[in-house]
Amino acid sequence: MALLDGTTQTNQPPVQVSDDAAGYYTLGAPLVDPVAPTGPIKDRWTNRKFENRLVNPANRRKLDIIIVGTGLAGGAAAATLGEAGYNVKSFCYQDSPRRAHSIAAQGGINAAKNYKEDGDSVHRLFYDTVKGGDYRARENNVYRLAEVSANIIDQCVAQGVPFAREYGGLLDNRSFGGVQVSRTFYARGQTGQQLLIGAYQAMERQVAAGTVEQFTRHEMLELIVADGKARGIIARDLVTGEVSTHLADVVVLASGGYGNVFYLSTNAMGSNVTAAWRAHRKGAYMANPCYTQIHPTCIPVSGDHQSKLTLMSESLRNDGRIWVPKNPEDAEKDPRDIPEEDRDYYLERIYPAFGNLVPRDIASRAAKYQCDAGKGVGPAVREVDEEGNEKFVRRGVYLDFAEAIERFGLDGVKEKYDNLFDMYARITGENPYETPMRIYPAVHYVMGGLWVDYHLQSNVEGLFVTGEANFSDHGANRLGASALMQGLADGYFVLPNTIRDYLADGPFEKIDESHPDVVAARTETEERINKFLSIGGTRSADSFHKELGRIMWEYCGMERTETGLKKAIGLIQDLKKEFWSNLKVLGTADTLNQSLEKAGRVADFIELGELMCIDALNRRESCGGHFRAESQTEDGEALRHDDEFAYVAAWEFGGEDGQPVLHKEDLIYTAIEMKQRSYK
Amino acid sequence: MNLTLKIWRQKDATSAGALATYQVKDISPDMSFLEMLDELNEQLNEQGEDPVAFDSDCREGICGTCSLMINGQAHGPEVTTTCQLHMRSFKDGDTITIEPWRADPFPVLKDLVVDRSALDRMIQAGGFISVNTGSAPEANSVPAPRDKAMRAFNVATCIGCGACVAACPNGSASLFLGAKITALGELPQGQPERWTRVVDMVGQHDHEGFGGCTNIGECTAACPKEIPLDVISQLNKDLRTAMKHGL
Ligand SMILES: Cc1cc2nc3c(=O)[nH]c(=O)nc-3n(C[C@H](O)[C@H](O)[C@H](O)COP(=O)(O)OP(=O)(O)OC[C@H]3O[C@@H](n4cnc5c(N)ncnc54)[C@H](O)[C@@H]3O)c2cc1C
Ligand code: SF4
Ligand code: FES
Repeated sequence: MALLDGTTQTNQPPVQVSDDAAGYYTLGAPLVDPVAPTGPIKDRWTNRKFENRLVNPANRRKLDIIIVGTGLAGGAAAATLGEAGYNVKSFCYQDSPRRAHSIAAQGGINAAKNYKEDGDSVHRLFYDTVKGGDYRARENNVYRLAEVSANIIDQCVAQGVPFAREYGGLLDNRSFGGVQVSRTFYARGQTGQQLLIGAYQAMERQVAAGTVEQFTRHEMLELIVADGKARGIIARDLVTGEVSTHLADVVVLASGGYGNVFYLSTNAMGSNVTAAWRAHRKGAYMANPCYTQIHPTCIPVSGDHQSKLTLMSESLRNDGRIWVPKNPEDAEKDPRDIPEEDRDYYLERIYPAFGNLVPRDIASRAAKYQCDAGKGVGPAVREVDEEGNEKFVRRGVYLDFAEAIERFGLDGVKEKYDNLFDMYARITGENPYETPMRIYPAVHYVMGGLWVDYHLQSNVEGLFVTGEANFSDHGANRLGASALMQGLADGYFVLPNTIRDYLADGPFEKIDESHPDVVAARTETEERINKFLSIGGTRSADSFHKELGRIMWEYCGMERTETGLKKAIGLIQDLKKEFWSNLKVLGTADTLNQSLEKAGRVADFIELGELMCIDALNRRESCGGHFRAESQTEDGEALRHDDEFAYVAAWEFGGEDGQPVLHKEDLIYTAIEMKQRSYK
Repeated sequence: MNLTLKIWRQKDATSAGALATYQVKDISPDMSFLEMLDELNEQLNEQGEDPVAFDSDCREGICGTCSLMINGQAHGPEVTTTCQLHMRSFKDGDTITIEPWRADPFPVLKDLVVDRSALDRMIQAGGFISVNTGSAPEANSVPAPRDKAMRAFNVATCIGCGACVAACPNGSASLFLGAKITALGELPQGQPERWTRVVDMVGQHDHEGFGGCTNIGECTAACPKEIPLDVISQLNKDLRTAMKHGL
C-alpha cells in the first residue's frame, strides 16, 4: 500500500471480528498518533528535532516543569532539563532519588555501537526490537530508540559510569536473550545501579545549581487538569502527612511500571501505579495494560510469607545451561548425580538457533510447560486449578554453570557474576558454585502504560510520560537490556527535544491554587485519605494486595483463557467492594503512616487489575508477554492474529460505574515486514 | 521459630522514644528479616496497635533503603543488608533488639526510619562529573585502564545506606565519602574536578555534623558492600594534595 510520504505500508490494517470482551467495554473512536513523523524512517527523528520549535534561554527560566519519578527516565530528564535552564521540580517517594527502582536492574543496556564488528547496526537493533516485541510496537518510536542508543553510552561513560572494559581499556559488551550480536554494555550485575547513580549525580549537580528542586518522600496522589491541560499535581509529604499543591506549565510522569499488581514480582516494594492511574482517571488513555513480561530466571517462590521475588540476571543465560531431568523420579536427586544422558536441555533442543538465549516470553513458557508436565525440580507445592482440582507441582528448572566453570575457571565465572551468585546463596541458603541454581519465571516488567504520541505526550495536553510508565517502544514483549535504554533515551535525548516544542507556546498563563479544578483535585485527595482511615474494617491493605496478586497470577499470568479472565474480572469486582467496606488502616493522616500509603496504592492496583483482565480478554491472540491458550500453533508456540489485532489498545476511563472505552491505534509498518516469529 | 523482639518505638521526630517488646511465632528460617517484621505488623494491625515503621524498597540489597541496627550491629550479624539477612541466621527463642541508625546528622523520623538526606547534600557539593547532556565525546575515545576501571567499579558499588555512619563511634561518613572520591578519581573522566571535588565534599561532610575519622574500622566491618578501608586513605591523600594545590 503506497503512503503519501512516498513509503509503502507493508501490512494490512486490522479488522477485528472476534469479540470475547463483548459486554465489558464500549468501542470508541479510532486513534492516530497526531504527531507521527513521515518520510524515510532513517531521517524522521533528525528532521523532527529540527522542526521542533526552540525556547529562548531567557524564557526557559520562566517555565516550570514537574517530573514525577527519579529513576533513569525521570532522573535523566531532570538533569537535562535543569541544565537547559528550565525550572524543574522533581518528586519521588523514596528518601533519596538514588533509590528509584532502576537501581535494581542487573544485566545491562543495549546500544548499537557495533564495537565487535559482528554485524550490528541501528537498523538491526530496530529490527530485533520490533521482532522481539512480536510486531506490536510502533516502528517510529523503536527506530528512534535504536538511533539514540549509541549516544547514551557516550553520555554515561563521560559521567564516570564504570562499565566493564577490555584489557586495552576499551568498553566490553555481551549478548542477551533474543539477539545474536553482542551489544549489551554492563557493569557486572549492577548496571542499573551504576547508570542511575550517573543520572542521579547529574541531577544533584542541578540541585546545587538551583535549577532542580527535589521533593523526596513525596507521593503524587492526583493529577491536576485545569482547563483541559495538565497543570500540576497533588502530593503528600510522607513524613508529615501534609498534602500540598504543586503547579507547573507541564507535567512529566516517569513513575515506573506496575508489575506489583501481581503482589509477587521482582519490582521494588513501593513500585506502584498510582501516578499513572490517577492520570488515567483524569482522561489519559492506558494502553496495552495486559502486556506483562514474565522473566524466566528468578529464584522460585519458597513459601507464603514471601514479599517479593528476586531476579537472577538474564546474562546468566549466556553461560549457564538450562535443563530438567528427563525422568520425573530424578526430581529429588542431587542434580550432580544425574548423568548427562538423563538431562533434557530443552531450550537447546527445541530452539537450536538461539538455544538458551531465546527471548523471555519463550524461555518462560518453556519452563512452565516442563513443570506442568511434571519435570520440575525443587519442593513440590500444592496448586488448585480453575476447576478446583488439587495437584502437587515442582516449580523450578536448573540453571547450570558446571560447564562454564570448567571453561573459564571458578575465578572467571566469579568475576562475571559474583554478586548474583552471592545473592542466590543468601536467599536460598544453597551454594550455586557447587550445585545448579533453581530458577522459575516471575513477573518483572510491564510493556503497557499510559498512551503517548511520538513526542511522548499523552492524550491529555501538557502531560508527558516517559520510561516504563508509558506504553511505547517494546510492543508485546521487551528484549533484555532495552528498558534501561528506553528510560535513558527518553530522559536524556527524546523528551528534552520534544517537550520544547510544547513549551515554545509559553510562557503560559499562570493559574493559582484557587482555580476550581485545583481545589477539586485537592479536596478529592483529602477525602480519599480520610475514607481509607475511616472504613474501620478488619483486613489490612496488604491482605487485599496478596489476594489480588493471586487472582492476577492465576488468571492473567503466563497463560490466559477466556473463562479464566471472565472469572478473574468477577473476583476483582468483589474484591473491590470488600476493600472499600472492610479495609483497616490504623493511625492518622498527619504523620508517617505506611499502612495508609499502602492502602492508596492497593486501591489503584485493584482497578488496574480489572482493566488488565478486560484488555487480555479482548485480545484473542497470543503475542509476546500475552499468551491466550485459545491461540497457539500446533507445537504450542504463540499465534498472532495480525489481521485482527495489529493495533495498540488504548483504554479510556469510563467513569466510576461505566465501562472502559477502547480506542484502537492501528500499527503501520513501512520499514519492516511482519513475520511469524521463529527462534528455531 | 518463636522470637522476642525489642523494638524502638518513637512517634515522630520530636517525641521521645523507648523500646517495646513483642513476640512473634512460627517464623520460617527462609524469611528475610524484613518479612519477619511484615508478619509482626500484620499481627499488630490485627490487634489494633500501630504497625512499626521501617524503611525498605528493593529488598534485593541494592537500593540502600533498609537500615536497622540489629542487636547493636548495623544490618545485623552478617555482612549484608537487612533485606538480605534471613531468619536462618537466628535461633529459636532468641531475643532480638532492633533500633534505628543513630548519628546526629540522621535524625529519627519515626520508629526505625531516619533522615539520610545529608548524604545527598554531600553529593550536591561535588560528587559528580560536570558533563552536560549531548556534549559527551565518543565513549571509546578515552580508554580507561582495566585495573583502574575495576577499582572504580568495586567502590562504586556503595549503596549509600549509611551503615558505615551508624557503626562508627565518631559518626563519620568517611567511608561513604572515600568510596565516591575513589570511584570518580580512578577514572580519566574524573580528573578535571578531582581536587575541588574532595575539598567541597569534605567541607559539606563536616558542615552536616558528621564526625572525623580516627581509623577505628567499624565502618568497613559493617559495610554490606565491603568497601575497603583504604578508600579513606585515598580520601585523605586527595585532600592533602588538594590543599597543596592551595584549594
Ligand atoms: C530486578 C530487575 C532487573 C532489571 N534488569 C534490567 C536490565 O538488566 N536491563 C534493562 O534494560 N532493564 C532491566 N530491568 C527493567 C528496568 O530496570 C526498569 O524498567 C526501569 O529501570 C524503569 O525505569 P523508570 O525510570 O521508568 O522507572 P523507575 O526506576 O521504576 O522509577 C520510578 C520512579 O517514580 C517514582 N514514583 C512512582 N510513583 C510515584 C508517585 N506516585 N509519586 C512520586 N513518585 C513516584 C519513584 O519514587 C521512582 O523514583 C530490570 C528490572 C528489575 C525489576
Ligand atoms: S560505604 Fe558501605 S556502609 Fe557506607 S553507605 Fe556505602 S555501602 Fe553503606
Ligand atoms: S531494601 Fe534495598 S537494600 Fe535493602
